[in-house]
Amino acid sequence: MAEAAIELIGIDKSFGTVRANRDINLVIERGTIRGIVGENGAGKSTLMSILYGFYQADSGEIKVGGKPVSIKTPNDAIALGIGMVHQHFMLVQNFTVIENIILGAEDEALLKRSIANARSELERLEREYGLEVDPDAVIEELPVGLQQRVEILKALYRGAEILILDEPTGVLTPAEADHLFRILKQLKDQGKTIVLITHKLREIMAITDTVSVMRQGTVVATRETAKTTVEELAELMVGRRVLLRVEKGEAKPGEVKLAVDNLTVRDSRGVTMVDDVSFDVRGGEIVGIAGVAGNGQSELIEAISGIRKAVSGTVLLDGKPIEVTGQADPGELRDRGLAHVPEDRHYVGLVLAFEENENSILGYHDKTEYLKGPFLDIDAIRADAKQKIEKFDIRPANDRLKTANFSGGNQQKIVLARELEQNPGVLVVGQPTRGVDVGAIEFIHKQLIAMRDRGKAVLLVSVELDEIRSLSDRILVMFDGRIVGERGPDATEGELGLLMAGVERQEAAE
Amino acid sequence: MEFVDALINILNSTIRVSVPLLLACLAGLYSERAGVFDIGLEGKMLAGAFAAGAAAAVFGSAWIGLIMAVFVSVGLALVHGFASITHRGNQIVSGVAINFIAAGSTIILGQAWFQQGGRTPSLPAEDRFGAIVLPFADALRDVPIIGQLYSGLLSGHTLLAYLAFLAVPFTWWVLFRTRFGLRLRAVGENPAAVDTAGISVSWLRYRAVICTGVLTGLAGCYMALSQNAGFVKDMTAGRGYIALAALIFAKWKPVPAMFACLLFGFLDALSIRLQGRPLAVFEWLPVVVAVLVLAGLMTIARWKPLRSIIAAVLVGIAAAWLVSVFYGGLTAAFQNSVLGAPIRVPVQLMQALPYILTVILLAGFIGKAIPPRAGGVPYVKER
Amino acid sequence: MSNPYAKLPAWADYGLIPLINLIVAFIVAGLVVLLVGENPFRAAVILVEGAFGSGTGLAYTLYYATNFIFTGLAVAVAFHGGLFNIGGEGQAYIAGLGVGVVCLAFDHVLPWWLTFPIAILGAAAVGALWALIPAYLQAKRGSHIVITTIMFNFIAASAMVYMLVDVLKPRGSMAPQTRQFVEGAQLPKLGWFLSEFGLTVRPSAPLNLSFLLALLMAFFVWLLIWRTRLGYEIRTMGFSPKAARYAGISETRIIIVTMLISGALAGMMALNPIMGDQHNVSLDFVSGAGFVGIAVALMGRSHPAGIVPAAILFGMLYQGGAELAFEMPNISRDMIVIIQGLVILFAGALEHMFRPWVQAAFASLSPRTVGVAQPKGERA
Repeated sequence: MAEAAIELIGIDKSFGTVRANRDINLVIERGTIRGIVGENGAGKSTLMSILYGFYQADSGEIKVGGKPVSIKTPNDAIALGIGMVHQHFMLVQNFTVIENIILGAEDEALLKRSIANARSELERLEREYGLEVDPDAVIEELPVGLQQRVEILKALYRGAEILILDEPTGVLTPAEADHLFRILKQLKDQGKTIVLITHKLREIMAITDTVSVMRQGTVVATRETAKTTVEELAELMVGRRVLLRVEKGEAKPGEVKLAVDNLTVRDSRGVTMVDDVSFDVRGGEIVGIAGVAGNGQSELIEAISGIRKAVSGTVLLDGKPIEVTGQADPGELRDRGLAHVPEDRHYVGLVLAFEENENSILGYHDKTEYLKGPFLDIDAIRADAKQKIEKFDIRPANDRLKTANFSGGNQQKIVLARELEQNPGVLVVGQPTRGVDVGAIEFIHKQLIAMRDRGKAVLLVSVELDEIRSLSDRILVMFDGRIVGERGPDATEGELGLLMAGVERQEAAE
Repeated sequence: MEFVDALINILNSTIRVSVPLLLACLAGLYSERAGVFDIGLEGKMLAGAFAAGAAAAVFGSAWIGLIMAVFVSVGLALVHGFASITHRGNQIVSGVAINFIAAGSTIILGQAWFQQGGRTPSLPAEDRFGAIVLPFADALRDVPIIGQLYSGLLSGHTLLAYLAFLAVPFTWWVLFRTRFGLRLRAVGENPAAVDTAGISVSWLRYRAVICTGVLTGLAGCYMALSQNAGFVKDMTAGRGYIALAALIFAKWKPVPAMFACLLFGFLDALSIRLQGRPLAVFEWLPVVVAVLVLAGLMTIARWKPLRSIIAAVLVGIAAAWLVSVFYGGLTAAFQNSVLGAPIRVPVQLMQALPYILTVILLAGFIGKAIPPRAGGVPYVKER
Repeated sequence: MSNPYAKLPAWADYGLIPLINLIVAFIVAGLVVLLVGENPFRAAVILVEGAFGSGTGLAYTLYYATNFIFTGLAVAVAFHGGLFNIGGEGQAYIAGLGVGVVCLAFDHVLPWWLTFPIAILGAAAVGALWALIPAYLQAKRGSHIVITTIMFNFIAASAMVYMLVDVLKPRGSMAPQTRQFVEGAQLPKLGWFLSEFGLTVRPSAPLNLSFLLALLMAFFVWLLIWRTRLGYEIRTMGFSPKAARYAGISETRIIIVTMLISGALAGMMALNPIMGDQHNVSLDFVSGAGFVGIAVALMGRSHPAGIVPAAILFGMLYQGGAELAFEMPNISRDMIVIIQGLVILFAGALEHMFRPWVQAAFASLSPRTVGVAQPKGERA
């Protein structure tokens, strides 16, 4: 066995009450590519941030090259030969490539010689690893794939022997990703150690030597890639959790309430996040969209609910179009019976500085029952809020309390109560139980089922596979902006896990 | 020839009024390029002017005045840094506060210490910065155009004025040719990139803010010890804000900043002159040309800083020569025609023009002024 | 890691911390007094006595407070919408034109109680118009409203000089101001009201009907912000533009409407000196009240119930400051400008400076009152 490049011994890290990493032990051998997989929130990024000196572990020990070290700042990490390619590139957009590369690693107070040195060093790296890039190009004019190459060059320029890449293919096209993998292999052949953080199993199988699986802050398994299978990894990643069974009867799907046709959405950087997606949701059924976070689900529901402009496509609500590519007005959609429980309740679904009763009308504040002319009918609003508090068992039962002072589960109930009590025909729900305690989860699930049983159409987006499986009547899996498969509620975890990891689709394409 | 004298006169006063603008504008450039917005330039200039006037009066030395000006101004800059870097406070609010503290305390302290209604005692010439006569200025005075420009326009300013204009290429050099400048620009665009590169964001921003303090101190010192013979209350009279406008107008670049300050200075000098006698229609021609030339140079300077300075000098000489050759004929030809009729432009319009132009620029009608991306936002480490 | 936004009991949040900030501001101001060789405690006594010790003093205090209520409300309304209107000074100044034109047109024709409502409209309309352009540029073209409103302060100043010197100045007069208005544009004084309480008020004391208008506006602002649909939308936008988008609230509309209201409130400030005291429009009649509004709004936490007392405090500083200048030759009214700056610094830019200490104090007294802060966002 090769000698260890990095050893992590008993690493623990908590943020407030959340234990992001617990008792992590990991040995990474020199000259290998190690994959670290896990769902969102499994603690991968926290662990790597500890290694790069962004955070300090609460307890535990780090050894680099066999020697115990203390990494307090990124500077320490750089000095130890650790380089990191961040998920969100740490580049200055209006600087040239060479300026970005020398930033923080200049040879002396004047730039001239630093730039000259960097230029020849870049040429060497280009020769050795085939990392071609125009040193005088301005970053914002480069495609993302090249920007990422600059990040890699930055690390190598600083003499990195150990390279950590955090979700490196998230923003890349398949061709760019393949190119990246060739580069990584070459780096490995030159003796560099590479740590690849990802949730895409195909990448793990394609390029790593060994793989560690993280779940809920711990490393649950480490396998040699050659001796494991995608199925095993998917299972380890998701884990065999106690399934919260929800009592529900047979679905009685009725008419199509929501029809999405060829919808394409781009994010603010112009990256296509939803790619030509079509599906529909009938009254009396829950359609669940499964997928690893960041595969376009968020953008999809934002476009449907009128918050984000789509590039092309149509969405029909009760047979009538929504102006998804133009000025769709979320308020008007509410009037037409489309309710939306957004993924981010802290900054979108609620105003945390508001009193509970004020949040219980957000978005419906122009309904006549809450108004007396231009004035808010405070009595009506508070009576209404109190009624919802009772019905949804929101605690503490105080409608004057600031919303920030409610727990996550109760905040979510405030949003749900508001949206469900309007009796909408279509309900779009994003991550309904994220950060919600177990008791509230059950309650929220029951409410969604009740909606379905009243003949409403429910579109559910969640990264919790359990939730999708126990609630949905039909499951759509999104990967890389596309719907890659549809399954019934009896689909197995492994089956869905493969779809979510984009395996099936790739195989079909090859 | 009388017209050439008048022209040189106006250009000369343009330079004089531009100097404090330029120093303050470059001051703001350091801070804002590092991502710390500063609407407290005015206050720091004022405090610097007071410190200069007071110290020069007490110690009888312009140099001690200069040191005190810089000292006090840097002190206020550090207060701004403390609020907006260390405590991540609102940078606008902090800047406003500093302007008021400076406006009030200069008057109160001035009155308490000198009892002259908020002024500092009038300084004799030897306690101020005297004019520096460039070599051969006297000898060349009678050489047409070039000599006149040399001795009448370039020569005869004070040390701080030359320093201000030298600070332009120097700032350009610091910003684009040194490690400090590279990091300074980076921290104003993407502090996270600087942080991950292992550089302290706070210390970098503090250094930028100190540069701002030094330059606003010099700007104040120039006003109290070069332009005037001591401190007069409220003597900055909004120049800090004009400097801010010039900075936006120049899109946060040093050489365009110089032309923007000259442009605004020219408008100021012109408005003073217009109070004496309105210009005739044809006399507006060189004025309009001058404004257009300065605006044009500002644009060129965004791409080719050094060449534009040379271009400015050449264009200036050529224009002066042309005007002087044709002027005699023009006067004779137009004096009694329609073109000789005086146009009365409200002085106030000229005074408001820098602000109006800046608003138009901000509205995106003449190019887009994109501020440093991280400007105004306190850096919070987040992962 | 200490979280600067950890929870504290509400009274500490809204009462204790602002009070500490204010006290620190006054302590630093006291040091300045000490620096000029006077006794800060004696200065404080003179200040308070000058402001509240006599009926006339009180009338002056409330007269100044009237200005600051208007401008403080203007800044506060914009704050609620997440906007920083630094242009109250210019909006008030240019609104003098609206008031002036109405008064010049009607003072011979109408009684004051008819001129007044028209003048209110004139002041509000012109002030709102002056705020509209920066608002439009912010909403539609993304121009930073702080910078544009500053620029508009200077443009207003130049425009007013031009109007007063070249247009409105009566022929043959030297002073750059309009002619004096006759009774039809003079607001009744309120000194008699204070006399009812046994205070002696000089008839020249400028407290006038605008004070009641200011109080009425404070009530209206409270009503608007906390009791109307529009206010609800403004607050949503101010706290979270994303939530506003989610709720179907148009950002453009809110920016423009908020700034119109803010500008109108700032504009109404012009009524107080012009119709209530000077009975003409003169150069620089605003004299910094627009900027005091920033301090007043920050100190009053943008709530009318805080703004009115904060405005009276600053009124006291202005009036007491005048007395102080009389008693202590080393101190002039510009002392107030320093205090104003210090209040803005400590209550605004450094508002969280003492929070960790207060939290530590609370934690050591009773650990249970300080809740564990939610981590901001739950992203891993």
